[in-house]
Amino acid sequence: MNSPSALSSGRSIAKKVIGTPSVGPLLVLLAFGVIFSLTNPRFLATQNLSIILQQTVIIGTLAIGQTLIILTAGIDLAVGAICVLGTILAGKLANSGYDPVLAMALAVLACTAAGVAAGGLIAGLRLPPFIVTLGILGIITAALRLISAGGAFSVTDAFLGWTGNTIRLNGFILTYGVIIMLLLYGLIWFLLNQTQWGRHVYAVGNNPEAARLVGIPVGRLLLSVYVLAAFIYGIAAWLALGRIPNADPNALQTANLDSITAVVIGGTSLFGGRGGLLGTLIGALIVGVLRNGLTLAGIDPLWQDLITGILVIVAVALDQLTRGKR
Amino acid sequence: MSSLRISTDVRSGTVARSTAAGLVIFGTAFAVTGHASADEVIVGLVTKTEVNPFFVKMRQAAEEEAKAKGVKLIARAGKFDGDNEGQVTAIEDLISAGAKGILVTPNNSTGMLGVIKKAREAGVLVIALDTATDPADAVDATFATDNFQAGVQQGAYARKALGDKKPVLAMLDGTPGGTVDTFRHNGYLKGFGLAEGDPAIAGSAITNGAQDKGQVGMENLLSKNGDINAVYTINEPAAAGAYAALKSFGKEADVMLTSIDGGCAGVRNVKAGQIAATVMQFPYKMAANGVDAVVEYAASGKKPSGFVNTGSFLITDKPIAGIDSKDTEWGLKNCWGD
Amino acid sequence: MAAAASGAPVVTAPAGVILEARNLVKRYGHVTALDGVDFELRSGEILAVVGDNGAGKSSLIKALTGALIPDSGEILLDGQPVHFKGPLDARKLGIETVYQDLAVAAALDISSNLFLGRERRRPGFLGNVLRMLDKKGMRAEAERSMADLKFHLPSIGSAVESLSGGQRQGVAVARAALFAKKLAIMDEPTAALGVRETGQVLDLIRAIRQRGLPVVLISHNMPNVFEIADRIHIMRLGRRAAVVSPKTHTMADVVAIMTGAAKVEEPASSGLRASITT
Ligand SMILES: Nc1ncnc2c1ncn2[C@@H]1O[C@H](COP(=O)(O)OP(=O)(O)OP(=O)(O)O)[C@@H](O)[C@H]1O
Ligand SMILES: [Mg+2]
Repeated sequence: MNSPSALSSGRSIAKKVIGTPSVGPLLVLLAFGVIFSLTNPRFLATQNLSIILQQTVIIGTLAIGQTLIILTAGIDLAVGAICVLGTILAGKLANSGYDPVLAMALAVLACTAAGVAAGGLIAGLRLPPFIVTLGILGIITAALRLISAGGAFSVTDAFLGWTGNTIRLNGFILTYGVIIMLLLYGLIWFLLNQTQWGRHVYAVGNNPEAARLVGIPVGRLLLSVYVLAAFIYGIAAWLALGRIPNADPNALQTANLDSITAVVIGGTSLFGGRGGLLGTLIGALIVGVLRNGLTLAGIDPLWQDLITGILVIVAVALDQLTRGKR
Repeated sequence: MSSLRISTDVRSGTVARSTAAGLVIFGTAFAVTGHASADEVIVGLVTKTEVNPFFVKMRQAAEEEAKAKGVKLIARAGKFDGDNEGQVTAIEDLISAGAKGILVTPNNSTGMLGVIKKAREAGVLVIALDTATDPADAVDATFATDNFQAGVQQGAYARKALGDKKPVLAMLDGTPGGTVDTFRHNGYLKGFGLAEGDPAIAGSAITNGAQDKGQVGMENLLSKNGDINAVYTINEPAAAGAYAALKSFGKEADVMLTSIDGGCAGVRNVKAGQIAATVMQFPYKMAANGVDAVVEYAASGKKPSGFVNTGSFLITDKPIAGIDSKDTEWGLKNCWGD
Repeated sequence: MAAAASGAPVVTAPAGVILEARNLVKRYGHVTALDGVDFELRSGEILAVVGDNGAGKSSLIKALTGALIPDSGEILLDGQPVHFKGPLDARKLGIETVYQDLAVAAALDISSNLFLGRERRRPGFLGNVLRMLDKKGMRAEAERSMADLKFHLPSIGSAVESLSGGQRQGVAVARAALFAKKLAIMDEPTAALGVRETGQVLDLIRAIRQRGLPVVLISHNMPNVFEIADRIHIMRLGRRAAVVSPKTHTMADVVAIMTGAAKVEEPASSGLRASITT
């Protein structure tokens, strides 16, 4: 290896790292980490860190699907509702004697069907995602209240709660749910960054007309994105039951905004075609770290909403600025 | 090439700025709140939401009591009714923060069981406020209104106030199946002296404790049976709705309308004569007693246990002999909300 | 013959017809973009398509490349009728297009844009089953082809949005050059270019012809057209007004036909010369 090329490749790696959109969010996350560990030494306790990870499981998983959809310049307001659909169905079926594995599979299938409906309307009829998912949010929410007569119920089945089990790694406690979430991040990252499908997701989000002209089947791609996202929400339902063994039609009402927040703070553009999954994971962690850290410091968590709000605006302004520069 | 550098600069510049913004805000907040020293007793309070005046009162009372006792209160809440995840997260954070005791008004009587167990295993005293868990002994103790007793107070007053009239009763329930609902409903019937299913019960409606639904429910019941002369309500907003319906039917003077809660708006309605009587509960007592219990536990290791009734008082300006009550003047001094 | 029916003079070229269209009609509501236009591209030629703004040039080439579906009319490739359902159908038959709005995903890098819609996949399991991209292979190929075309670009990995307008057009032209197997169609590929870059694109078009492929060039730049075209297809009001040869007609003649200042006379035969009365 001759040194100039080694040098230049080193430099290009450095440039790549700085140019990667998730570096900004990562710096913010580290900054909060430093501040909180200075204010309360308990923050860095392995137990606390593992708790933050566990707390990120539901929104963090939902945000994977939300990222896919936002990358296509769409938006999903029904994330939470679809996930709750999964918890209620799985719980009801298992409680009424179905095999729990079958119950969970049917629940995930039902979630996926909601994605087929959303994607079909958006890709087939060219309806705006905002309106379609708003409609689906309303329909599912109402249907769930009807099914469950407004009430929450506990779900004690061992398989449905399986993702809440833990393993220990050097004193660091991981739930199976955390591991499944991280695996999902890895898998979808791979799809987005290493496969043809992922490349097309970015192309369709960035310039749908160009994507059509070069022969990308835009409608089919959009459908696949909404279906995959809804499937992930179904998995999130399983993870949610592991975290709280309880199905509540009123749960996760703010999951749509919370997941969008994680995506935006993570540096993905609401205009589509820019950003990535790594940023979303960091974005979800930023929100979790902020809330946990402020509580540990004894500061009113309303500050969390305030700082999160500022971060969202900064992230969007930054996106607008860099897009304007180009 | 140069354009790449520009975009990079913009990006890192903004990151630096946003980090700085975070630091400034954080610093300000920190200066206001001050440092938590290592041996300071921390009391956590987790309410259902931040907005309901009942919980606002609870939080204010807890803050005052904590200040008076020299302990630190960290208050958290769910974002909306049904935010189990938010409450679980809050309890986890409070355990991490080293709270000595946690006071919680569970959103859902079963949703919180796992994390409560975790807290108690970590040596944290857990007290349920206002709403019991299911099973009730999942927590160390419950400080709440005895809702059955409160229902009895309402029912007994209504029955006596009716005098010799043959009762025709309408029941404006909250949410079917809710524990508080069931207790109040059954208590009322006991105090009124009726069994469930008695023909004197003209009908019932679901209000979710909301004024608009209370009004619609009352209208429907009055259309069904014009002879209704007694109305049970789950809370004061439902009663306000019922009053509006009664008035539109011209029946407000002939019907014995009673309620439960003790919110200031409700007490004012009693004073104005719209509601005959209401049963007041005491969120500030629940909170203050809860803080005291944690302080005691920190000092001596003594834990409270079981159900601790924080009491309920009948508030009316038309007292009836043989039934304990306070007038609205007292009620307005002790009510919650505004 | 189709050409005779449209009443326009036609310059005959020696070789066979590669792409032909007859009586294409396309309406957008009340606007008739194509009003029964005919088209003929012969093997090995450079055919310029000229016309005023809104004459229907872009609509014509979109119809020829499957980007829009005409209301009526027929398209023949090598004498066989074809029905493109979308741009992919045309691309699969070796027809490459540089659209007027370039059709690039600006946030993606140059290499991604060159291969957009037909990415190379890794060999074996990784590509066939996991559908993994061969990023390295595509990059190397992109570097090579951009070097062949002598287009000066910062780096194959930079986003297209960081390029100048001319460089972006270079990317779109290079994409067509890289993949054209049958013919290439370019809608105003030199519109935003300086003199030097325009020269490069014209060289590129000649290079494509050198490979034996015919090229359709839409341009408003008459000197360019006369420098490079073998025949000139003149559009007016959604129809083909005439096809002339730069050897026999002047720029003024072409402009006159284009604007309707000159009437095209019915030719006695498909002679080399269209007669013009001004
Ligand atoms: N998508 C569309 N919707 C409605 N009308 C259209 C559309 N595309 C083109 N037209 C109309 O069709 C006519 C022909 O347009 P076209 O783009 O083909 O012209 P052109 O010759 O390429 O013009 P230019 O030189 O400006 O590129 C114009 O009147 C235009 O307004
Ligand atoms: Mg055009």
